[in-house]
Amino acid sequence: MWKEQIDLELERVKTDQEKGTETMVLNLGPQHPSTHGVLRLVLELDGERVVHCEPHIGYLHTGIEKECEYRTYHQVVPLIDRMDYLSSLHEEMGYVLAVEKLLGIEAPKRAQYIRVMMCELSRIASHLVWLGTGALELNVSSVFMYCFRDRESILDLFELISGARMFPRYFRVGGVMRDLPRGFEDAVKQFVGEFRVHWKEYHDLLTKNPIWRMRNEGIAVLTREQCYAYALTGPILRACGVAYDTRRAFPYSAYPEFEFELPTQPAGDAYARYLVRMSEMEQSLRIVEQVLAKLPQGPIVAEGLQPSSKSERSVWWRHPHRGFLVPPGESYVTVESPRGEKGYWVVSDGSNKPLRVRMRSPSFVNAQALPLLVEGGYIADAVVAIASVDPVLGDVDR
Amino acid sequence: MGNPEHVTQAVAQIRGRYPGAITGEEVIKSGLRMLVVKKEALLDILALAKEQLEFNVLYDLTAADYLEREPYFHVIYLLHSHTQWVKLMIKVKLERENPLLPSATRLWPSANWFERELYDFYGIRFEGHPHLKRLLMPDEWIGHPLRKDYSLTEEPVQFKGVRTHKLPSEVIPKKYE
Repeated sequence: MWKEQIDLELERVKTDQEKGTETMVLNLGPQHPSTHGVLRLVLELDGERVVHCEPHIGYLHTGIEKECEYRTYHQVVPLIDRMDYLSSLHEEMGYVLAVEKLLGIEAPKRAQYIRVMMCELSRIASHLVWLGTGALELNVSSVFMYCFRDRESILDLFELISGARMFPRYFRVGGVMRDLPRGFEDAVKQFVGEFRVHWKEYHDLLTKNPIWRMRNEGIAVLTREQCYAYALTGPILRACGVAYDTRRAFPYSAYPEFEFELPTQPAGDAYARYLVRMSEMEQSLRIVEQVLAKLPQGPIVAEGLQPSSKSERSVWWRHPHRGFLVPPGESYVTVESPRGEKGYWVVSDGSNKPLRVRMRSPSFVNAQALPLLVEGGYIADAVVAIASVDPVLGDVDR
Repeated sequence: MGNPEHVTQAVAQIRGRYPGAITGEEVIKSGLRMLVVKKEALLDILALAKEQLEFNVLYDLTAADYLEREPYFHVIYLLHSHTQWVKLMIKVKLERENPLLPSATRLWPSANWFERELYDFYGIRFEGHPHLKRLLMPDEWIGHPLRKDYSLTEEPVQFKGVRTHKLPSEVIPKKYE
């Protein structure tokens, strides 16, 4: 018996030697600093080359979709904040819009403007984490520190409006939680002024840096057809030269009223994604400035939804514990999150709890395409590829 | 902005090609067109939409359990066209006992994880899927968590100032209609 096994083993070694190569399986993650969370990649290596890659996910699965079915409509908002924890406001935006569509109401103009402004600030904060950690992956630790400094200013703004830094639960069905505090607009203006300067600094530090370019250019290349096949959206798609953005294609909230460009790059590699995201931050600043210039006065919660009003709907609000009833039906709303297109499918059965809340999370879809980016490249570039996709594992695993 | 005319034409074409396969049509509350189709013709309709009607992306694939109404899963396929910038939803009603659907992985690779997720959460099997196993739950997990008859498992929670332990369902509001 043992002799047969030895013979088999010798046979295998001999054939491997004839081929001159032997592959090795390497487990990257789930506890690895460069996988941006608990992502696990099982890599098959031939020397330094990755020949096969299989992502394993689910380490952060918390069953949020199941939990949502047991909560009233407003109790869902703090839950979904925990999914894409770097841009919670985009989660809230998608969910709140979907429920508003079911109810057939629309938030007042001031609330819509505030939502757009907070979402764009959230996008900048999220991209700053991507830039900082992506740079840290390549050992540029100074950029990491600078980015987190600016992100901290945005989190301070979130704290001003809602009292919470990372999970603001600020959007409500029909409006926002409360009006902007005194001095908030000046604080945003100050941030925009400061960040413009810092943004140029990051460009100076990285964009023409030869090491940064060598490590990013031509790495993790995707084509347009691959993006369509794998349903990739967001900066990854725009870095392949497709000017597609939900804010433009299916405008929601107050976005049609603001001017912004869709930055695209033709190359489809990690460097193109870097350039796209950098330009997106600038466009977000533009939108924030326009909101501040045009911010209308008025109510922040849809008519009849204020607790003080005497209309029929305010009955829902007298029993916050009971929640409110939503007429049966379903709605699918997509919003543009920093990682791509976020879809919310909310199904109501007429009760005070949703029958189903489905999140089409962009990180989940993007993580599926990781083998395309990693296979065929060097293992050192796998780290760059993961960083360029910018997965948030809370969003992947839900 | 997209071209909503394209969806109207596409729906007309699908109706013309498979007249018996469509059991319902609806515009859902967010303005999307939804076609309810029969399970048998699903793959043909999806292939038609992809190859001839320019719906080149399978944007989302998910399901809901309607146990309290009827013993069916509602599975939705959300198709997206990058040339026309429109979306079309295709819904299939699937019996809860032994649910089986043809796999769409041959048409769109993006269906792979979506289908594994549905298998994981609802126990829907997909015929022709290359690698149908659990995705988010552990491999040895028993049951399919998003089915309505799979109850949310509970453990007592110690709340501050409350003497007796309470179950989460006692704290979560009841269902009202």
